[in-house]
Amino acid sequence: MSALHKVWKIGADIDTDQLAPGAYMKLGIHDIAKHCLEGVRPEFAAQVQEGDVLVAGPNFGIGSSREQAADALVKLGVKAVISPSYGGLYFRNAFNLGLLLLTCKEAELLDEGEQVALDLSTWTVVRANGQRLACDSIPDFLLAMVQAGGLLPQLKLRLQQERASQ
Amino acid sequence: MSTQLLTPQTLAQKLIAKAAGKSHVGVGDIVNCQVDLAMFHDSSGPRRLKPMLEELGAQIWDKSKVVLVMDHYVPEQDDDSRRIVRIARDWARDQQLPHVYDSMGICHVVLPQKGHLKPGMFCVGGDSHSPTGGALGTYMFGVGSTEMLGVVVTGQLWVRVPQTYLMKWHKRLQTGVTAKDMMLYMIGKFGMNGGNYQAVEFAGEAVQALSMQERMTLSNMSAEMGSQVGLIAPDKVTRDWLATTGAKDVQIDGWHTDEGAEAFVHEFDAATLVPQVAAPHSPANTKAVGEFANTPIQVAYIGACTGAKLDDLRAAAQILKGQRMPQGVRLMVAPASLQDQAQAESEGVMRSLRDAGAEILPTSCGACSGYGGSIPDGANVIASTARNFKGRMGSATAQVYLASPYTVAASALRGSISDPREVLA
Repeated sequence: MSALHKVWKIGADIDTDQLAPGAYMKLGIHDIAKHCLEGVRPEFAAQVQEGDVLVAGPNFGIGSSREQAADALVKLGVKAVISPSYGGLYFRNAFNLGLLLLTCKEAELLDEGEQVALDLSTWTVVRANGQRLACDSIPDFLLAMVQAGGLLPQLKLRLQQERASQ
Repeated sequence: MSTQLLTPQTLAQKLIAKAAGKSHVGVGDIVNCQVDLAMFHDSSGPRRLKPMLEELGAQIWDKSKVVLVMDHYVPEQDDDSRRIVRIARDWARDQQLPHVYDSMGICHVVLPQKGHLKPGMFCVGGDSHSPTGGALGTYMFGVGSTEMLGVVVTGQLWVRVPQTYLMKWHKRLQTGVTAKDMMLYMIGKFGMNGGNYQAVEFAGEAVQALSMQERMTLSNMSAEMGSQVGLIAPDKVTRDWLATTGAKDVQIDGWHTDEGAEAFVHEFDAATLVPQVAAPHSPANTKAVGEFANTPIQVAYIGACTGAKLDDLRAAAQILKGQRMPQGVRLMVAPASLQDQAQAESEGVMRSLRDAGAEILPTSCGACSGYGGSIPDGANVIASTARNFKGRMGSATAQVYLASPYTVAASALRGSISDPREVLA
């Protein structure tokens, strides 16, 4: 079981242009992150705390392949996103960048500002009142990727091991 | 063994099985695939890959299988875009990449036009509209830069074998109705995330009758349905078109969905489809063009990999030839590739557009992605592009409608959203 995480709630169909607006794509990731979700929750980027979770309506991350849309949340310290469904490309990008996505049909039940724990041994989101919301399980290799911090650290380790064994 | 060989498979399953080195893959299986080609552009490519490759001390797995296209930040408009494009050019030179297309058009159009895609290949692109390659019977989809790094280093990546949605379009489209209208209709019906990152396959008489570029429009906008790929079984049209790109040894046999393969089949009547328009701010807000009658338009944009290929330019010119834009309407045309623009020039298509008052913009992604061009605040815009997310084209207050090039041209001409069939009649 993880520590407690504060919930930020957001609506359905949040696209990659909301997460990483095109006008700021020229900038580095830390500057893009400052504008993350500014069109829908202008206070989010400035106020979100390390370890908070983002609870979204269906179809989170639809749109572009720009992985800055996932990386911005990582850089802001977001621990996980909890949503009933994700854009397929966003799903791949998030794990590659080390962002945990939990697919939870009942995400909508969670309240703004409440504290939840994430139990990855049973794939559930645990509320303060003890209620458990079921999430889809995630293949071991993807969970390992998130826990390693993403594909880049994983590749680095793999190449180091290959070189060491040569 | 025999039962496995006899199991009917979808085109998507066959393409993945080949890349995974297996005789058969089942829906839901997670398999590792060998990548035949990796394409990226100036925005998603070198500026992100170079530092990561250096951090890893790794090299490109096979330079002959990498294609770099500069299309997002060209022509350079400020110091940031100059810096980004310079990184791409310097890296291409240092790495001695054999396949680089600089300022020649949009990657999804340039890649097939230069003969890089063939039926049966398994490819990735560093851009969400990479499913465009599916029009040639190529399993191609978009990935982010970090995943692209993995491909560039290892030549491999994982996929979960998707379900197939088989979209069967019976009969033929009416004059003035296009692949774009088919796609907007399907996105309206299935939504922006219409399945579980499914494979879509387009089939039926209406699809077989489409030109290769119109087929590319279908595959391209599969992305807007949340699909991983948008496939079309290769046929004579594919083979003839590939012959014009110089592609040799094109094999199309077997690249089709078997009778009885497991797929969700959806049937449509092409003959009764009318022009479609998607209202702000989602490609899924689609209705028949008549529902938007009298909606005034100040800006019309014919551009992007979705809507400014040669066939799209021809459609716009068919509406605008000998006509003149009314006062207060601005028409911008950004051809999808230099090759398409040159052909359109030689056919008189570009002249018709210019004479009607169109401003011709560079062959790049431009205003579609908000990277360049100027969409004024508060304007009603009608565009032949793929996405009308709020703010995407650069102005948070612009109202962007999506439609076919016919409908965009007809609406520009009349100053309000209009049915192109009335103009063509």
